[in-house]
Formats: sequence, C-alpha cells, structure tokens
Amino acid sequence: MKGTSLDDIIAAISTPAGSGGIGIIRISGNGSIDIADKIFKGVKGIKLKDKKSHTVSYGTVYDIKTGNIIDEVLVTVMKAPNTYTKDDIVEINCHGGTVVVKKVLESVLNSGARLAEPGEFTKRAFLNGRIDLSQAEAVIDVINSKTDMSRQAAVGRLEGKLKEAVNAIRDRLLDMIASIEVAIDYPEHDIEEETYNNMYKQSDEVLKDINRLLETADRGKIVQEGIETVILGKPNVGKSSLLNRFLEEERAIVTDIPGTTRDTVEEFMNIDGIPVKIVDTAGIRETGDIVEKMGVSKSKEYAQKADLVLMMLDVSKELDNEDIEILDFIKDKKSLIILNKSDLENKLDRQKLLEYVNENDIISLSVKENKGIENLTDRIKDMFMTGDVNISDEVMIGNVRHKNSLYYAKESMEKAKITIETRMPEDFISMDLQDALRYLGEITGESVDEEIIDRIFSRFCLGK
Amino acid sequence: MRYEADSVDVIVVGGGHAGCEAALAAARMGLKTIMFAINLDSVAMMPCNPSIGGSSKGHLVKEVDALGGEMGKNIDKTYIQTKMLNTGKGPAVYSLRAQADKNRYKETMKQTLENTENLKIRQNEVTEILVEDGKVTGVVTHSEAIFRCKAVVLCMGTYMKARCLYGETIMDCGPNGLMNATKLSQNLMDLGIKLYRFKTGTPARIDKRTVDFSKMEPQYGDENIVPFSFENKPEDIYREQIPCWLTYTNEETHNIIRENLHRSPMYAGVIEGTGTRYCPSIEDKIVRFSDKNRHQIFIEPEGEGTYEMYVQGMSTSLPEDVQLKMYRSVPGLENCEIMRTAYAIEYDCIDATQLKLSLEFKNIKGLFSAGQFNGTSGYEEAAAQGIIGGINAAQYVKGEKPLILKRSDAYIGVLIDDIVTKGSKEPYRMMTSRAEYRLLLRQDNADQRLTKLGYEVGLVTEKRYQRLIEKEKLVAEEIERVQSVIITPKEEVLNLLAEYGSTPIKSGVRLSELIKRPELNYFKLAPIDKNRPDNLDAEITEQVNIQIKYEGYIKQQLNQVEQFKKLENRLLPEDIDYSTISGLRIEAKQKLDAIRPISIGHASRIAGVSPADISVLLVYMEQMKRKN
Repeated sequence: MKGTSLDDIIAAISTPAGSGGIGIIRISGNGSIDIADKIFKGVKGIKLKDKKSHTVSYGTVYDIKTGNIIDEVLVTVMKAPNTYTKDDIVEINCHGGTVVVKKVLESVLNSGARLAEPGEFTKRAFLNGRIDLSQAEAVIDVINSKTDMSRQAAVGRLEGKLKEAVNAIRDRLLDMIASIEVAIDYPEHDIEEETYNNMYKQSDEVLKDINRLLETADRGKIVQEGIETVILGKPNVGKSSLLNRFLEEERAIVTDIPGTTRDTVEEFMNIDGIPVKIVDTAGIRETGDIVEKMGVSKSKEYAQKADLVLMMLDVSKELDNEDIEILDFIKDKKSLIILNKSDLENKLDRQKLLEYVNENDIISLSVKENKGIENLTDRIKDMFMTGDVNISDEVMIGNVRHKNSLYYAKESMEKAKITIETRMPEDFISMDLQDALRYLGEITGESVDEEIIDRIFSRFCLGK
Repeated sequence: MRYEADSVDVIVVGGGHAGCEAALAAARMGLKTIMFAINLDSVAMMPCNPSIGGSSKGHLVKEVDALGGEMGKNIDKTYIQTKMLNTGKGPAVYSLRAQADKNRYKETMKQTLENTENLKIRQNEVTEILVEDGKVTGVVTHSEAIFRCKAVVLCMGTYMKARCLYGETIMDCGPNGLMNATKLSQNLMDLGIKLYRFKTGTPARIDKRTVDFSKMEPQYGDENIVPFSFENKPEDIYREQIPCWLTYTNEETHNIIRENLHRSPMYAGVIEGTGTRYCPSIEDKIVRFSDKNRHQIFIEPEGEGTYEMYVQGMSTSLPEDVQLKMYRSVPGLENCEIMRTAYAIEYDCIDATQLKLSLEFKNIKGLFSAGQFNGTSGYEEAAAQGIIGGINAAQYVKGEKPLILKRSDAYIGVLIDDIVTKGSKEPYRMMTSRAEYRLLLRQDNADQRLTKLGYEVGLVTEKRYQRLIEKEKLVAEEIERVQSVIITPKEEVLNLLAEYGSTPIKSGVRLSELIKRPELNYFKLAPIDKNRPDNLDAEITEQVNIQIKYEGYIKQQLNQVEQFKKLENRLLPEDIDYSTISGLRIEAKQKLDAIRPISIGHASRIAGVSPADISVLLVYMEQMKRKN
C-alpha cells in the first residue's frame, strides 16, 4: 500500500493554488535532493546535492519526460536533521499560477516521489520526533480531516465516472490475468492458453485506455476545479449580478478544494452535475468593473486561459470597437454571448453580432428580472455534456494522486508489453499485469486479494 | 471412571497430514509428544486424490521439507509417478507433483512416527480439552483417560461431527467410512471457540480391471526426476513410473446428471456446509458451466498393490445408481465397477481468525490448531500448518518466541496470514496468485529461504544445515565467476548464437548478459564457457541460471519486499486497547480488536482498516513510545 509507506519520498504543493505570486513545491524524505537534481539545472551545472544545507539555488526546472523547461525557479535545500520533518527537504519556488506549479509537481512525481497525503508532512514531523507530544491529537485531526467531505455531489458523480472507467480497465486486466493464472494453477486442464500476440494486443489496448485517461488530466480539466469560466463585459453590464444570481441559486458554493490545492477558496457552482468554477478575475463582485480595469488585452489573456467565456453585452447599447475586438478574439473559444437587460429597449445590432457568433450561442436574459437564466445554464449543460466536449472524458482525472496511480499503472503496462515482446514466460507477464491492477485499485479502492481468484473460478471450470 | 494416564509436553489431536507434521516437529525438537488418531490405520491417510504437490501445493511441500518436515521425504519414498508442471512458464511457478501409492504412503509415514524418539502414537478419540486459567493443561479421551500436557495442537481434519452423503444416503461417519469425532465440538464451543460447517467431496474409486484404457490417452511422468526433499538426489529415488489416463465426459454424461439433479443432497438442500469453488462436484460443473460440452477426467492409480483407481474430475454426491450410470457413460468406463462410492462430506471447522499467526488460539494459551480443521483444503496446506503448529507448540513449552513466517518468506506465510487475517468463507486452497512475491518464493529455493529457520528452532540437523551453507557458497562462487567471464565474437560463439536465433555480438560481452537473453540460458552457453567447473550439481547450476537470468525481476521484487518489511517490522503491542485510541474509526476499532494484528503491516491487510487508520496507529504508537 503506497499511502502507508513510512519513509518514501513525498511531495505536494504547499502554497494556496491559483492566487499568489509564487508557488512552492515541497519534497520530503531521504533522497528528495536526488529527485530534485533530476529535474533541476542550476547555473554552471551546480548540483543540489553538493550545496550546503539551508541554501538557495537559482536555475530552471524541466519536465522529466519531455525535457522541456517548465519555469525559472529558486530551490531551497534543507538537509536532515534540522528540517521540519527531520528528513531532507527540498522546496522549489516557482512562479504562481496553477499550471506551472502543477507541472513542476508532476515532474517531481514522475521522478520518483509520490504525492503526500493530507497532513502527511506534519505526521512525519511528529513521527520523527520533531513536533511536541501535545500536538499529536492535532496530527490525528489532520489525518482524519475528510477533505472530501465538502465536496459537491457533482464532483462525486464525476469521480464515480472515473471509477467506472478505471473499473472497465481493471475488468479487462482481470480477464487477462485470470487466463494466465488459471493455466498456471491448473496446468493440465484443457484451457486454451492465451497467445503472445493476443496478450500483446490486449495489453496495448489497456495501455491506450490508461493513456486516454491520463491525457484528460494533461488537458488540465480537473474535477475539483471544474470548468474554468470567465465572465467578460463592460462596467455595469450586469456581471456581478449574474454571478450573485448563480451563487444565490447554488447554496454553499464556497468550498475548499480537495486534492493538491486544498486550502483555496473558489467560487464554485454546480450546473446539473457539471462543476463550474468562476475564475475570480480580481474580484468581479467587489468592483463589478473588470473590463475597464483590465483593458482589452487583459480580457484576452483571461479568455485565453478559460475553458468557457461568458461575454456579457448590454442590449440597450450599441456594439463598439472594443466589443468587436473581444468578440473576434473569442470566436474560436468555447463561448456564449449573453445579452443582458432584455427588459430594456434593444439597440444592439444583432446582424453584426452574428458575424462573430452562432445564433445558438446568443442568449438573451434579464438578470434583474431573473428571466432566461435557465436558458444560459441549459446551454452550458449542452455544451459540456454533449457534442464535441464530453464531460465524462474531459473532466475526469481530478486529483494528482489518481493521476499518480494511473501513471504507475501505465508504467507497469509498458513493462508488460516489453515482457511479452521479449517472450518472457507468462508468469512474468502476469506479475506486470498484477502490478497495474494494484495501482488501478488504488483509485477505485478495490483490493486485489480475492479478485483474481474469483475471476478464475467464475470463468473456468476446474476441480477434482 | 476418569484416570490419570500420562503426562507429556505436547499432545497432537489427529493423525492426518497436519497431525503427523505437528507431532514429528514437536518430538524432533526434543519434547515428549503423544499423537492421537481415531484409528491408527488411518494415520497419514489420503482420503481423496492419490497425489501430492501440484501448482503452489508443491511449493508448500518443498517448504515443509526445508523446515525439517516429513511430507517431501515420505512422497519421495512412495511415489509411483512424478512430474514437474509449468516448466514453460517461468521459474516461479514450476510445480512438482507426484502420484502416490496411498497405502505405502501412510504405512511409511506411520513407521517414521513409530521410530521417532520422544513420540508415542495412540488410537483413541479425544473428547475434551482441559483448560485452567485460560491455559491448556491436558486432554481427556473417550476411554476417560486423562493425559496431562502443556500444549495441544488440534488437527482433527474433517472428522468433527462429520457426515457423508450421496443421494438419499446419509452416514454419520468421517472420511472413508471411518468413525467420526462427535464430542469434541461441544467442548470447544464451551471453551468459547466458534465453529463453522464446511463441505467437500470425493469421486468414486473404480476397479482397474473393468476399465478400457485403449479409449484413453496415457499420461506419463517425467524422465528426469526431481525429488521433493532437498535431502534426496534424483538417482537415490529413481524408479519405474506408472501412467495415469485421460478421458472426457460427454453430452450423455451431462444429461444423466441433469435429469437426476434433484436427487443430489446439495441441490435438494440437505447439505448445510459451505462448499468450495476449488473442488466443485461434477454436478456443480454441469450447472455452472452449462455451455461446456465435455470435461476432462483423469483416471489415476491409487497404488501398486491395489486395483482401485481414482476418477479425478468426477467428484459427486449423486445417488449410487446415478453415479454408476454417469461413470459408465464415459469412454473407457462403459463397464466399470465401482469399488467405493463417491460422496460429499460435511464437518465442523473453525474460522481461523480466532488464531494468532503462530496458530495458537487467541483466547487459550497453549492451544494450537492446524490443518483442514482451520478451514483449509488439501493435504499440503494441512502439512504446512501442521509443521508450524508443532514447532510453535514446542516453542511455547520451551518459553521461546513462535516461528512466524512472513508473506515474503514462504507460501506457508501467505497461507497462514491469509486465513488468520481474512478468514475463509469456503475451504481455502493455496494458489500461486495469492503470493505477491512469488518470484522470490520459488520451489527450487525453499531451502535457502527456510532451512536456516528450521535449524534455529532445532528441527533441522547440523549436518543438513552445513550442506545448505556449502550449497550457497558454491552458487555464489559460480555466479561470481560467470559475471566476470567475457565472451568475444569468435566464430564458435557466433555459430552458437545463430543456432539459437540470437543476435550476433560485435564486441566482448559478459556471459551473464548473454544468459539474460530470452532465447538463451546458462546451460545452452556451456560450449563457449570454457572454464566452467564440471563438478557442479544440478541444484547448483539451476540456482546460477535462475539468479542470473531473472536478476532484474528478482531485484525488483526484493525492493518491494524491503518496503513491505518496514511495515511488518513495526510491531503492535499485544495488549493494545483499540477502543481508547481516538481517531480510529469504529469499524477499524472493532476489526483491529477482533484480529489483533502483530504489526502495522499486518493491520493494513485487514479489510475495514483504512490507510488513515494506519496513520492514526503510527501516531498512537509514537505517543506511547514517548510517554514511556
């Protein structure tokens, strides 16, 4: 069981995600400096392991798989025993922003660390004698804090979908393993043995399925974070009212986010099972005045990062050049045009608007009179539940831990393919497949115990 | 009237495969031991299949032998056919199996028992276990004799309140028509032990003279014999082998069964016990796998001195008249005569979660339990627990620590950890897929894994231990030599590589690297390995080949074992009160309290104990440590 290992190397993002100028990835455990050295290039090729304890080095961090630079960083090396956990600790300070921080963390995880459990740094600090006894109860509280307690039903449902997908893969693996194992345990029974070609084909399919799941994670569509949505529009067009309307209808939307970024507060809402995160673009609610403050270029920047752009226009006003520029920019993005103030006189040139957007993507509503809001939510639902963006594909891999397990499963399957290719005996193939099965089980919470044997006896007729 | 009959150290109740190993182990460790059997003619009896070993079971036998047990030696003396199975499938799952001469098997074992110092064997039914202050003090027999002792090993197999059934016929008896044990169950329940009811069965025995072998395929043994016992060399035990025979059921057989299903006590609901998927009856197979139009049947001799033959694959509890029709529908058996009718047997057994990993009951000191009575199936599983039960009874009497094998040490460790930690809802069968480190737990290296442990508890002789040390030395030297040999691309070398379809080498390559190629091995490369010593035994060269060829995979599993052991070595105090640990979930508290794991690793395998609970336990232990 990976989660209960005592002295392996753990890592996590230790700054609140999203906001903030810098992000810190903390790595702890003996060997963490080696791991950091694998992905860090210091000036003049300096190695972290040669640095003195409690020193800071400047350099760049690489993606261990692609070799591409991720970010410029400052790395702090703290050697045991004078550290928080009493083990070696490395802290990588990179530029803030979810994507960069997450990429650095992933590179660390791919270099041999595993993601820390909630409270695990503190737990280690305690177990290694760093923290006072009186804090032990607090440690237990941290361990037991169910970060997923406040998780919304929608997230749970999506995770259910992930488990479904993983179980489908496990099911195929179990069949493969059972076929090999039955021939081992009942060598004289007249069971058709799997051919190497067939096993290779099946392994390849399983690997592809795992990769498909992993890719959804790479696209940054993260269950807990929902669909990143940005509302653009001129001052007083009604952005803050719309947001407040959403929030009113969705009680208890402010929630802490489970997973790696567990200390953050986000505007989180649930549209019929689709988690939507309204990106807090410097506080729409307070100022209600974003475009003016941000200007067109800033708006474009936000639009660029978002999964969904809601462009809000006032029907009582004519389109101006700024509007057109933004409309032009977002026409290839997933976006909806909201015509607010439908209760007022229409001065907006609809024909002009249609040069940039589809009829379908224009929604008229009145926030003030609470009319047409459901048209908007229905449309969002349509966009993400059907058509080219399927939520069940796109938003599945939530936390990095799941991704970690998938990654290990993928490695095991890659090994299995090599084992098959080199025509190693079936026994070795089964060992690799069983590793993959165990890793996938970490996502679904299944234990391998009796599963293989159950499968053998449900599929094959054996006995004395 | 009760009378004081004798006073010894260890008493073993039952003389089956578990009982024999337990009694021999205790006596060989120097303790005065008595083994009771309900009938001394049934000591080491094989009431079901006439074979020892097979996949993963063969591993168990080798392990029992490596610890200083008897099963391997006994089958080496009495086999009539032997085969290494799975040889194409990787060294971890090579499996040795031998057909036994049943009568000679049990006679030979009984002679060994009779000739063992410190050991008495007695025919009597034990009806009561004497317990004072939570400690075993003796047993009482049916004849009212009191035998005092310090430890008892329960090895009652399938005799407890057993009844045998076929069709409408129900007999209150143990296996093979022997007397059952009717009184001990109640006594055990009075001692607070929970009993369950399991079911198993056996096929008919038919008369060899009525079988037409021309309609069957012969199944021969291997020419190269591999002994079960590490103390035997192939040439010591060579003999002429006797074939088994293969035939198949057909649609007619299946129709006969289907038409008479209502007369099976299993399907009529007469049987209460839980059966096993591992040994389904032929009627189970027909019902559950209705799309299969034939099933394999092996006809196996029960021994040389008898005409009885075992019909492997056709265990049943159908009535006798149906059995006859059913068997006679099989090609080659058209005129067969049944000598013993097939039957199902149900019996009392325990849920082994009531035991510690040492096989001692948690609630009664000095009371151990082993074998089929613990809810397992199979002779080999029984013997494996028997030897551990016997060793630990002896250790208990001596005041020494019990021998507990880890999952990374032996299949025996996996077996005992499984039944004691997870319990078993049906008779438990050993299977290779249960062992997570099976590449390390090979049948060929059982001696290297376990003989030292057997030596340390005093069961393995000095001479045998020295032999192991010598073997390990020779293996290490030869591996070192092979690793230093460089092979250059000479014509002779290239020819040899071409012969096996192996890629030619362009420059000097280590011999060990060539051995690792899938199409090559240590043996095939002999002609180009000029300085190879020619006096190495097969047991040495086999080790050299496996350890070099699969080095990468072996290392990988060794790393996994290192991780595993860290948690296994974090021991939990025996008297820990889980109910007082804040932070544990209620389910976890209950499960931990019931199973009472010995280590953090052990606790993590209990269903219902989550990783968070394990973290809480770690924190709790650190708290305790600092308080003291």
